Amino acid sequence: MKAVRALRRYPVLLALCLAALFMIVPFLIVALNAVKSPAEYARNGPLSLPDGLYLDGLKDFWERVDYSRKLLNSVLISGSVAVAAVVLSVLNAYAIAIGRIRGRTWVLAFFVLANLLPQEALVYPVYYLSKQAGLYDTRLSVIIVFTVIQAAFGTYLLSAVLSRFPREIIEAARIDGADKWQVLWRIVVPVSRPTLGVLLVFFFVWTWNEFLLPLVMLISNDNQTVSVALGVLQGQRLMDATMTNAAALLGVLPALVFFLVFQRTLTRGIAVGAVK
Amino acid sequence: MTVTVERGGRVTGKQDRSFHPRRARDSYALFLLPGALAFLAVVIVPFLMNTGVSLTDWQGVGSPEWAGLANYRELLDDAEFWESFRHSLFMIVAMAALPTAVGLVLAAALFDYVGKHFGSRTAAVLRACFYLPQVLPIAVAGIVWSWILAPDDGSLNELLQAVGLGSWRQDWLGDPDLALYSVMGVMVWVQLGFPLVVFMAGLQRVDPQLYEAAELDGAGWWRRFAHITLPQIRPEIHVVLTWCTIAALKVFGAVYVLTKGGPGGATNVPSYFSFATFFEKTQVGYGAAISTVLTVIILVLSLVGLRLQTRAQDAEEGLRT
Repeated sequence: MKAVRALRRYPVLLALCLAALFMIVPFLIVALNAVKSPAEYARNGPLSLPDGLYLDGLKDFWERVDYSRKLLNSVLISGSVAVAAVVLSVLNAYAIAIGRIRGRTWVLAFFVLANLLPQEALVYPVYYLSKQAGLYDTRLSVIIVFTVIQAAFGTYLLSAVLSRFPREIIEAARIDGADKWQVLWRIVVPVSRPTLGVLLVFFFVWTWNEFLLPLVMLISNDNQTVSVALGVLQGQRLMDATMTNAAALLGVLPALVFFLVFQRTLTRGIAVGAVK
Repeated sequence: MTVTVERGGRVTGKQDRSFHPRRARDSYALFLLPGALAFLAVVIVPFLMNTGVSLTDWQGVGSPEWAGLANYRELLDDAEFWESFRHSLFMIVAMAALPTAVGLVLAAALFDYVGKHFGSRTAAVLRACFYLPQVLPIAVAGIVWSWILAPDDGSLNELLQAVGLGSWRQDWLGDPDLALYSVMGVMVWVQLGFPLVVFMAGLQRVDPQLYEAAELDGAGWWRRFAHITLPQIRPEIHVVLTWCTIAALKVFGAVYVLTKGGPGGATNVPSYFSFATFFEKTQVGYGAAISTVLTVIILVLSLVGLRLQTRAQDAEEGLRT
């Protein structure tokens, strides 16, 4: 009886493994075809195993779209947004959850609403105003906008976390003569470091993946992010099969690196964020 | 304010007051100042402008002409507008309903079957495979899939050919009758990892004794799933459904990269519709009206979702006491 049961388990595992394989097949197939030469692709189609490693396609694509530049833009924008949005979230949440300012429920409700707002309802005025301010088509404009958008979520999450911050610690520090800044930077921030780490990673990855606003705001090649550059190329329908695969692989790789490096933070963070 | 002081405990409340006179307490508002100014500039002013512009006729240059509710009246008669929202319902199926349903079964199977019999490492590796598409930029996912679904040498058609189903070859994204379903398929693939990860985290809260007791009573896997797993992680299900429905209403990048709303509007969605109206047709007033309607729908849905969630929680707490 026990043996029969144990045997019955394997079909379930097998089915789950097949489903998981289905999820990653697109990645595998892209990787396979990105290392084929155009001639080989034309001869054998997309499903054959590559004869050898042909890296010229990747290299050509890299140089043609100046991929180093796009990576640099993405890192610069996502990195600045992540840091600035965490700082802004900390300041907001400190006032709301620790300072318990008047009307904080409304302030918090406002941040939640701002978080839900579709970017379509902001995009044209942001485009128009940034043109007026001379910030259109600059990386700075995208950094400013996403710092605020990400901080809406960060404020909401951090306020929930900080509202359970032990008040005795703060009172003790105040009695010892620490002012509000010192309490914030020497006590609240160090104690909340794990949550801040999760937010930092999330803001980075989310900003990296953003599409609509960067597509509208960054029109010159020199300022575009990886997402926008690849999306625009795809939209123009000018790429042949080998180039498409090179583009896809180069787009997948950074995401894969983040995933492997941050996997724990990402999965833990989603759980934290969702139950709040 | 007085309420919270009292709620915080009478003694500490009084001490609190003697240590921080009112002015000191209010100076915490200074910490909110940078955030408030930034939100004013990036969210509030643009949002009010967008709503204002939706009441005008404006091409993006020159000065807007007051039009009252004309744009909204026009929307009501615009078949393209209704069509785009009808497609939103399909997106909700693909991004909220299906991923939640499939994610629940997968999460329960991974947690309670694979995790228990094959070790939590196996479960974690499988979970990672399902989650991977979630970290991919949507533009990149679009490139991958539009190539796989390509009509001539796309991998899917080649695969069908190779296994002798050549007659099933399709122009997956180019056929107006099929394109919406193809986009839906891609969105299920993109979205599935999110519910799965949330549900697996939620399942860790569930008391394992519940399952053991049910198993001893002879309840099979499906019965345990229906009578223990589902009720126990109901809060997570509510959150996931609300979040995913909002995400489905906002979907833009995938449509832009896969089909640009085509062929012939077959995959047009509100966000793409407003984008195209803003920047391709430059009917800014009309685009603003579309995005305002979308905003209202999203806000109403979120409030309903939140209400249902709190009511479910209240009901549960009521049962317990």
